[in-house]
Amino acid sequence: MNSSRAFIALLIFPGLLYALPIGWLMLGIERKLKARFQGRIGPPLSQPFYDVVKLLAKLPVSREASDIPLLTGLPLLAIGSMLGTLALLPVFRDESGLVGDLIVLVSLLEIPPLCFILAGYASRSIYGEVGATREAVVSIASNVPFLTALVAMAASAGSMHSSQIVSSTPWMVRIPALAAILFCLPIKLRLNPFSLANAEQEVLAGPLTEFDGPRLALWELAHALEWVALIGFVVVLAIPYRSPLWYVNAAGFVLLSLALVPLLTLLAASTARLKLAQATSMMWRWGGSVAALALAAAFFVRYGGQ
Amino acid sequence: MSGTEHGLIFRLVERARRRSAWLYHFNAGACNGCDIELITCLTPRYDVEQAGIKLEGSPRHADVLCVSGPVTHTTREALETIYGQMPEPKVVVAIGSCPATCNVFAGSPFIDGPLDKIIPVDIYVPGCPPRPHAIIEGISLAIERLALRKSGATAVSK
Repeated sequence: MNSSRAFIALLIFPGLLYALPIGWLMLGIERKLKARFQGRIGPPLSQPFYDVVKLLAKLPVSREASDIPLLTGLPLLAIGSMLGTLALLPVFRDESGLVGDLIVLVSLLEIPPLCFILAGYASRSIYGEVGATREAVVSIASNVPFLTALVAMAASAGSMHSSQIVSSTPWMVRIPALAAILFCLPIKLRLNPFSLANAEQEVLAGPLTEFDGPRLALWELAHALEWVALIGFVVVLAIPYRSPLWYVNAAGFVLLSLALVPLLTLLAASTARLKLAQATSMMWRWGGSVAALALAAAFFVRYGGQ
Repeated sequence: MSGTEHGLIFRLVERARRRSAWLYHFNAGACNGCDIELITCLTPRYDVEQAGIKLEGSPRHADVLCVSGPVTHTTREALETIYGQMPEPKVVVAIGSCPATCNVFAGSPFIDGPLDKIIPVDIYVPGCPPRPHAIIEGISLAIERLALRKSGATAVSK
């Protein structure tokens, strides 16, 4: 592990300096394209940036002192774990400085939904609690296909090391596993057919109902980073080839990440929100069966040859 | 630098406030006429989202409080709570004739209005109901006030 490279990965690429503008750009593209799909003009691409600036400059309503560490700490924890995930992504051929295997990566990826759920309960609002319960149910259901697909990839590659998995998973396993992970992507980003937890108007603003001003801005930042990290995770798993030239890898990573945004937006703009039971059964049925296919393929790859 | 009139951060915040106003809509006993006209502003024909305006579910997220209705006795307490939950700086827009004058309900024993007896109102949009054009004009005037609120400058420097 090289500490200067670790800092670069955490703070420059694919960390903070890259992820923040790209996250705002992704959210901007999502809002603009969604408006275009609905026949509207839509906000400018810079809209998410101005939203965060405006929220940071607001004066929050005073709360009880005991609430403040929890309500500020949870979004900060979400931001930190997303930066950690980004730094651990195997974008380049050799190690990018930070060393961690798939287990570290996935557990960091799972912290923001956990913070989101805790934020809902900690805010002691009935709408926050309803949103948090929904998020808990949905994230358990979406993790079944997500983790099964990852286990299939790791088993077929014969390693838990993320760069090893990326380079040596056979396509027979990679394709169904990626399909299952892609299926989980709109759920983890809380996009439309699965926007159950943050269901605007239906449960006010879900777990974030009681957050105002700078604390809400922190959540907006965490959400932007979540887009970059989750989409980046899928992109990294999708391309096995790593060029010896670092800028080819970086450009491929950025372009493929941005290419996934219109697809997610199209899905969000063309569907209506599902009910909790519908979303869960859909995930178990379709996501689960594709992930089981990947697992079967991984079993065949490992033991079928002999 | 951040606290001065012409500082970079001050100008950035002012610009951000102009470009991203989030509304919270409160029905204080309206007949739903004004509410329908307000929702119309979000449709493809008027599309206020191109100015960054969107309707929020929670008053804690909002910058602009849009009130319709003459403020009945039962809605008064909720109105006061919601006004208190909105973080500074905030502006209030009275949508339609009811919050401005109580309209046909004036003199009723069940009405606590008009709105400016209960909370400070920045912009009145007259009409029964007002057209979406008028509502958009009223909200944009309110946003102009919001952007120039002095309390925001102190909030930044803190």
